[in-house]
Amino acid sequence: MWHILKYVARRGRVTEPPPEPLAGARRPAHLIHDELLAILGRALAIRHVDAGSCNGCELEINALNNPYYNIEGLGIRFVASPRHADMLLVTGPVSRHMEVALRRTYDATPAPKLVVAVGDCGCNGGIFGESYASCGGVANVIPVDVAVPGCPPPPAELLAGILTAVRARGEGEAAQADFAPGFN
Amino acid sequence: MEFFGLDCHFERLDAPVPIFGARVHAAQWSALALAVAEAKGRLVSLWGSDERAAGDGFAVSAAYASADGLLWAKLGLDAAKPVYPDISRFFPAAIRMQRAARDLVGVEAEDAGDGRPWLRHGAWPADYFPLRLDNTGQERFEAHADAYPFVLVEGDGVHEIPVGPVHAGTIEPGHFRFSVVGEKVLRLEERLGYKHKGIERRFMGMDTDEGARLAGRVSGDSTVAYAWAYAMAAESLVGAKAPERAVWLRALFLERERVANHLGDLGALGNDAAFGFALAQFSRLREDWLRLNRECFGHRLMMDCVRPGGVARDLDADGGAKLRRQVADIAREVAELRDIYEEHAGLQDRLVTTGRVTPELAARLGLTGLAGRASGQAADLRADFPWPPYDGLAVKACTHRNGDVAARVAMRFDECFASLRLIEALIVGLPGGAVHEPVLATRDGVGAGWVEGWRGEVFVALETNAQGRIARCHCHDPSWQNWPVLEHAIIGNIVPDFPLINKSFNLSYSGQDL
Repeated sequence: MWHILKYVARRGRVTEPPPEPLAGARRPAHLIHDELLAILGRALAIRHVDAGSCNGCELEINALNNPYYNIEGLGIRFVASPRHADMLLVTGPVSRHMEVALRRTYDATPAPKLVVAVGDCGCNGGIFGESYASCGGVANVIPVDVAVPGCPPPPAELLAGILTAVRARGEGEAAQADFAPGFN
Repeated sequence: MEFFGLDCHFERLDAPVPIFGARVHAAQWSALALAVAEAKGRLVSLWGSDERAAGDGFAVSAAYASADGLLWAKLGLDAAKPVYPDISRFFPAAIRMQRAARDLVGVEAEDAGDGRPWLRHGAWPADYFPLRLDNTGQERFEAHADAYPFVLVEGDGVHEIPVGPVHAGTIEPGHFRFSVVGEKVLRLEERLGYKHKGIERRFMGMDTDEGARLAGRVSGDSTVAYAWAYAMAAESLVGAKAPERAVWLRALFLERERVANHLGDLGALGNDAAFGFALAQFSRLREDWLRLNRECFGHRLMMDCVRPGGVARDLDADGGAKLRRQVADIAREVAELRDIYEEHAGLQDRLVTTGRVTPELAARLGLTGLAGRASGQAADLRADFPWPPYDGLAVKACTHRNGDVAARVAMRFDECFASLRLIEALIVGLPGGAVHEPVLATRDGVGAGWVEGWRGEVFVALETNAQGRIARCHCHDPSWQNWPVLEHAIIGNIVPDFPLINKSFNLSYSGQDL
């Protein structure tokens, strides 16, 4: 244990300020915190769905959890069930064999049901395109709020895409407020 | 050349690794499988192709690893009744490959026990074969109900746990069917193919340069290994050689890919045993590693850095110095973390004896690559057939014999240090000169590439038509061999140890689903 504590103490904190949605500029974590709270009324819960990617995008999504990006520190966490999720983070292309599973995952997700399509393949099928085995981009199967291009998109761009989707929904729904924040 | 005293002439391909090809007839096909099995060789891959455009029927190919190199045997099949002798009697790993060849090309292994589809689910009908030339690959079918007959385990208190295709973590999709009594797993049956996105059909008609980009996206965590195997295939097809500096840089990329994956896995393995500290620290090191990839080579995972004819990125002296500094830093950190792993009794308790594959079982089932070496199967192409630049670097295969999760963790530490040494040597000895000379196939030919990726041996077989366009490109991932062994590794373990065991193999779904 002593060894572990010593190791941790020597490395210190490496977490970097997160990027501004789309613009890429950095801003303090507590502002993102506040914004998520204002829009969702709670931490943002994300369910990742790999609908047929090459696994490159998954490597970069996993990197979001490392101490540099520290997304849990921003109030964003990955959850194990779509029923617990505010957002689906979907990598593509959507294979024909994953089409039904993706639709069912979408149906199981409660409001606000945000969808971020990840990577060139998630945007439009990428190099795999559409064929007997591939439906192409995520938007061909379920509605998409924000698409993050890149092959694969680096973690900072993924994070910017996630925040953009939340903010866009916040602006769109501020007037209607059709879900009660805090207790759902 | 002739092998095993068989009356069958093999032609050596113009590749830096010894690869031999031959057309065989049915009797030779079976005799070769038997001879390789008796000589303790391995089945590397099996795939089908439609050769009716060249005036033949269909064909099935098998690639074996022998002491002399890779033997690629191709058996021509009748266009009306494409059947061939089953080889799963000698190599159990062939079962799923034969099922996949039937799903994609419609060539059938005679008297093979398992007639269930493998890569075909409900998206296209049983009489549609996407790799046949009379189909375009652009056909669309109404999805039909997909009832897959899993093997049923019956008995007092036995119940099933179905998992997937959408898994709980940020990982690829696949289905696992556990039959358990209480917490103890009696049997696991995997069902894969969810990620099948028609890669092999996509290759058909591309020129060999375009194909490189696709090959680099068969499995994202092994993009360098695939790109190199593909480039080797494209170069051997036209008899070209990549410049010396380029092959040194390829090895540098490949070893950096190996270290990146091992760092990621070591953290994830600690995390799966509830040791969150490990994930935080190893993922920090991995991020440092990927950031320097981007700075030096323009891409965090080094996608598209290797291409036919050489490499797309050069390394300057400044970059070399940064890489060497990082190698020293990472070596020091990983050594310290290894001490922490080894002295942590709670962690070791989860790792030792969990998910064991004995060397005997590994040999019988054909366990390969990193997982194979953790179970005493000492095969590593970099050591067995050292091609440039490995021929001057004295690579030794790291091995362990316990075959449990702890052995696969130890393998990753050992290989991490070995690769760090290689990276240092590759930067110090990097020769000068050009890094790329264009290579493009303009007529029909055959090429193959065989590279030791971080997970195991990656094999690419490439054939072009008279216009130099790709007629068939088959990419083989070592996960084909290792997925069935995972079903054995879990037997008798408890369900909560499955994520740990699964992660210790860390097999590719995308690479096997194609």
